[in-house]
Amino acid sequence: MVEGTDGVGRSTHIALLRTWLESRGHAVLDTGMTRSILAGRGIKEAKTGHTLGRLTMQLFYATDFIDRLENEMLPALRSGFVVLTDRYIYSAMARAEVRGIDSAWIRSIYSMALVPDAVFYLRISSPQQLVERVLTSGRGFDYWESGMDLGLGEDFYDSFIAYQTRMLKVFDRMSLEYNFHVLNASKSVRSVASDLRRAVTRLIDEPATQNEDNVSPLIPVRDKPVSAKPATNVVDLNKEALS
Amino acid sequence: MISYGHHQFPGKLFVVEGTDGSGKSTQLALLYQWLKAEGYPVFFSEWNSSPLVKDTTKRAKKRHLFTPATFSLLHATDFADRTERDIIPPLKAGAIVLADRYIYTAFARDVVRGCDRAWVRDVYSFAVKPTVAFFFRAPLDVAIDRIVSGRPNLKYYEAGMDLGWADDPEDSFKIFQGKILEEYDRMVSEFGLTLIDASRSIERQQREMRLLIGQHLNRKRRSKTYQFKS
Repeated sequence: MVEGTDGVGRSTHIALLRTWLESRGHAVLDTGMTRSILAGRGIKEAKTGHTLGRLTMQLFYATDFIDRLENEMLPALRSGFVVLTDRYIYSAMARAEVRGIDSAWIRSIYSMALVPDAVFYLRISSPQQLVERVLTSGRGFDYWESGMDLGLGEDFYDSFIAYQTRMLKVFDRMSLEYNFHVLNASKSVRSVASDLRRAVTRLIDEPATQNEDNVSPLIPVRDKPVSAKPATNVVDLNKEALS
Repeated sequence: MISYGHHQFPGKLFVVEGTDGSGKSTQLALLYQWLKAEGYPVFFSEWNSSPLVKDTTKRAKKRHLFTPATFSLLHATDFADRTERDIIPPLKAGAIVLADRYIYTAFARDVVRGCDRAWVRDVYSFAVKPTVAFFFRAPLDVAIDRIVSGRPNLKYYEAGMDLGWADDPEDSFKIFQGKILEEYDRMVSEFGLTLIDASRSIERQQREMRLLIGQHLNRKRRSKTYQFKS
């Protein structure tokens, strides 16, 4: 998984990593937030209208995530693919936290998620650096990436800085809690890419200590043939947070 | 986030629950007319009514995209939108909110679909606790008769066809509704649902509801000029 605030270059690095992995003969599935067949389109439409309430937004994201988990990631993992995802549950949890949503609630919703083999956190030290990227990308400021729904600043710039500062703080804390692999995203694309490759190589070349069948998540679903195996690598996020 | 049972609003929330064909919507419509005629500001909110999620739900149902977990979560999204838009604001304004189906519908259906009981309750923990939640209990064969005779084609998810219990939609529907009724029965004490015997006459049920609701109404809130448009 690749995590990080908006504009740090997640999608660039995922694209690079994918090409590289494929050239080495690994089958790759890449996926990302709001790309589900089920809910992706609905979320995008809802976001253009700026009419999403805070709780509604979290649940819409969760729907999108679980759809991708059950219909894309799990089947791909079972067939031996390497799955790269652009943001995982941590981004969703960070956004919720910044919006004052009860973290026990959001963790409970996502408790059926798989614990990833690695979370790469593309870290940038200040939101000002992100602003540069937003501007050079030519897209300009986005309503949600600037946290405009929170009313943090007078304009998009102020709000963006305030919002991304909060997001950064939450990510940094999660980074310790969930043991993220931190990469310095302020470095050049080339050097970040090579850091990523080195870390991924270590993971992939490691003799499989875990059986491939243990991808069964903590799906709260009975009678589901695919989850017949005990979930060994699943962590209850609530319990983890308490300990 | 304020959780179930902890909200404090001047308004009142009355909900009706029950299996399909129990007559709950008819009763709620009568209640709505009565409250409006009495001069109360009344706001009506229906299950699955969020314009935000509608297209997604429609597409997913048509193309059979749902798994039990996503079915549950998308309905929760819909419900959250309803809560943030149609339920909390009118309650804050002191209005009466009438809801056709509430979280208990999700609890019953999703658990029958195989979702974990505690997980579904957690997902919906943001919901406002109703002032009174009526559970219209009709014998299963009566309810099934009403639905099946009125609708020649049962829909895929409505009949629980996604669960693969029976090839025939009507058979599947019967099994599905039976299990849903069991879930409702266990929720009566868990959530203090008010049981209404839905096999009695429409008039008698309505009288009973009005009597129960009357105890919670604040007569001062009535006003002939103030009308809450839905």
